[in-house]
Amino acid sequence: MKKKKKKKKDKSLDTAAAASETAEAQVEDPMAMFGEKKKKKKKKTATLEADTPRSESPAEVDSIASFGEKKKKKKKRPNLAEFEAQLKADGGIDDVVEEQAEEKPENTSEESWLDSDRDYTYDELLTRIFKILREKNPDLVGEKKRYTIVPPQVHREGSRKTVFFNLVEICKRMHRQPEHVIQFLFAELGTSGSIDGSQRLVIKGRFQQKQIENILKRYIMEYVTCKVCKSPETILEKDNRIFFLHCEACGAVKSVSTIKTGFKAQTEKRAAQRAAQ
Amino acid sequence: MSDIQNFKSYDPFADTGEEETQTKSFDYIHIRIQQRNGRKTLTTITGLPKEISQKKILKEFKKIFACNGTIVENEDYGQVIQLQGDHRLKVQQFLVDEKIATKSQVKIHGF
Repeated sequence: MKKKKKKKKDKSLDTAAAASETAEAQVEDPMAMFGEKKKKKKKKTATLEADTPRSESPAEVDSIASFGEKKKKKKKRPNLAEFEAQLKADGGIDDVVEEQAEEKPENTSEESWLDSDRDYTYDELLTRIFKILREKNPDLVGEKKRYTIVPPQVHREGSRKTVFFNLVEICKRMHRQPEHVIQFLFAELGTSGSIDGSQRLVIKGRFQQKQIENILKRYIMEYVTCKVCKSPETILEKDNRIFFLHCEACGAVKSVSTIKTGFKAQTEKRAAQRAAQ
Repeated sequence: MSDIQNFKSYDPFADTGEEETQTKSFDYIHIRIQQRNGRKTLTTITGLPKEISQKKILKEFKKIFACNGTIVENEDYGQVIQLQGDHRLKVQQFLVDEKIATKSQVKIHGF
């Protein structure tokens, strides 16, 4: 509830300020998935809320004074946030949890149809059964556990390479073969790389932790979470050249798409390419 | 027995025919990003429907996003639009707004 209210408030404010503010708020969200506790997130958004009246004025100054650099940055930020929001909407692992929590306080007037002649609505019945369930056996409804993975440790090596330290550890937690994850990573990043002696992944190109995180998140959505019950306890098996996702929790089996690299444009000079051949 | 009508009226296993083939023929539109030297990037769009003139779309893209771009012929992917810079979200928005594809038909790749 709190979050929704805040967003509405922002809209009425200066739009530029709102954009940057919501961007920041949404950037926070994916972090929650990566091991950070929800408590922390709430605290931060609260402080952000307090800041909004102040942040309004500098934003206005920005739009008037056309500093080339600043404007550029601004343009990019909401875009990223938008993308992340959409990512979240696609996978909706933690969204479901949040929505449930938000809806509860809203429908407090349960069983109001008893007094009037009208029929009960679906929503009312839904809240009713959840209320009863919560009273009688709370562990059935219990808040869903968030699926968390260790944040990827990513560092730059030299100027053109990125090292991903804890890939193997993350793979173990997801119960996936590192090869599969690496294949996905490279396909999405559109680069190549290798594993070095101490099980670290060296990726060609510059990438930040957040970018890798994003891709891992997408990997989890596609290849780890069960499409039926959203449980992350799944096993990936290859059968007749097709990968199947077996859910340990509900027993569902679903085929997943193979990883495709897709079109790769020529980015390096032709002369260099010829020399490499 | 014959007065039970509702068993006859509709056969769920019958071939529905046209509808399925129509939806299946539409593949995803993939929007990818590639890193170039420095902090420069390249956006590639593959899988656009063939009925649409790629040339015109490219022209629009170049105009709206204020970037340069080309059409590349590829054996596997047909015509591919390349744009300079990261325009993945804008391209998706454009495709959805122009009703070329729905949001679920567009897949954005990359970081």
